[in-house]
Order: sequence, then structure tokens, then C-alpha cells
Amino acid sequence: MADVDNNVDLSIPMQPDMEVIATSVAESMGVFMGLEENKVDEVKIAIVEACINAFEHSKSEERRIDVSFSIDDSALTININDGGSGFDMDEAMAKIAEKRSEGIGDRGWGLTLIYELMDEVSIASTPKGTLVKMLKYR
Amino acid sequence: MSEVHGNAAVISAPNYVNNQAAETISEEGNRLISEGIVHLILNLSASKMVNSVGIAIIIELIDNAVDKGGSLNFCCVSPTIEKTFQIMGLKQIAGVFEDESAALGSINQ
Repeated sequence: MADVDNNVDLSIPMQPDMEVIATSVAESMGVFMGLEENKVDEVKIAIVEACINAFEHSKSEERRIDVSFSIDDSALTININDGGSGFDMDEAMAKIAEKRSEGIGDRGWGLTLIYELMDEVSIASTPKGTLVKMLKYR
Repeated sequence: MSEVHGNAAVISAPNYVNNQAAETISEEGNRLISEGIVHLILNLSASKMVNSVGIAIIIELIDNAVDKGGSLNFCCVSPTIEKTFQIMGLKQIAGVFEDESAALGSINQ
């Protein structure tokens, strides 16, 4: 499978519910690679949260996000690039901790869910955009 | 979207519980609570996806039900949605039951 091109690239507008398009692709790719249903569902919720974060916080002028999917022998990898102005990760995590101390009903669960539902997550944020890379192992 | 059983009601959630769906559920739940039906059960048998914004709205509905002496519990929850509830702490304030009859049976016990 490593020699076969299994990549899918999407560009989706920052509009309500457009994240569902990305989850549909994730589901198709998960089925294609034989990923367990529960793992596919976890990927879908992580994608939803990453997209919503991008929609709400990126300050992207183009108002689009790029979502790419790839499959290899070990995992499904999803990259979400918001093309926005970036953010300070430490500052964001501090805000989340502050909100969490105010009660569970408050917003700001997106990053926590992404980290908990995926097997590997890395976030790189620069003034040219934020790239969220998420892996779900087979 | 709801079915009344005495002082309890079962509300059926759609496939994707996003902010709009959660607002609709919340409006229905708050209407039932205002009529004295304070024990709510959210049936998630049709739900495959949730988002944190929608869940935050449901948490406000849970708080309102509890304030009025009632409850909001969930039934027919997929493993992934249950895991999401666990991460967000919902299982500290709401029960998760296998099916509607188990959820209804838990009321007033």
C-alpha cells in the first residue's frame, strides 16, 4: 500500500456544517483501509472539532481550509491547514485551563477532544496559518 | 421529536448533534420542563456525530432540568459519543443507559 497514491485533498469553505464533507471523506477512507468503525467515528469527531476551531479562530482571509488525507501501512493521517493568522499554543492551553475551572459547560473542548480521540496529534502554528496533523493507527 | 411518559419525556436526537440540532433539542426540553415534565431522556440511537458546541448547549439543558428538580439522561449512545461524554465530564452530571426502558426505569428510583 505504501507505493500506491491514496491521498485525498479537499478545500472547504468556512461555512456552517461544511465540516461534514471532511468527515464523509474520512469515513470513506476509513472503510477503504479497513479501520474499525469506532476508530472511524473518533476520527470524525476529531475532524469536526479541528474544523470548527479553524472556522471560529483562524482569522483566515480566504475563509477556506485545506484538509488532506493519506493512508499508509500504519495509519490514517489527516492534515488540516487553516491559512489563518496563527495562535500561541501556550496561551490557548492556559485559556482552556481557565475555562475548565469555571465549569464543564463552557466552550473550549475542541483541542482536548482532538488529543484524546486521536492516537497522535501535532499542531504547528505560524502567522501564515495553523496546521493540525492527526493520526489514527490501524 | 418528543414522547411523554408521565413526568418524563424522551427526546430523539438527529444524526449530527451540532449547535443547531442542540438548540432545537434545548428548546423542546425547556418547553417540556416549563410544562412540569422535568425528567428528560435524550435518545441518541440515530446520532453518529456530536460536536463540543452542541454538547455545551445540552449541558445548559441538563442544568435547567436539575434546577427544576429533574434530570436529563442519555440512552442508545454509541461508544464514541459515550467516550466524548466521558472526556467532557458529562457522565458526572447525567446518566447513560443502554435503552429507553432502562433510562425510564431509573427515574424516581
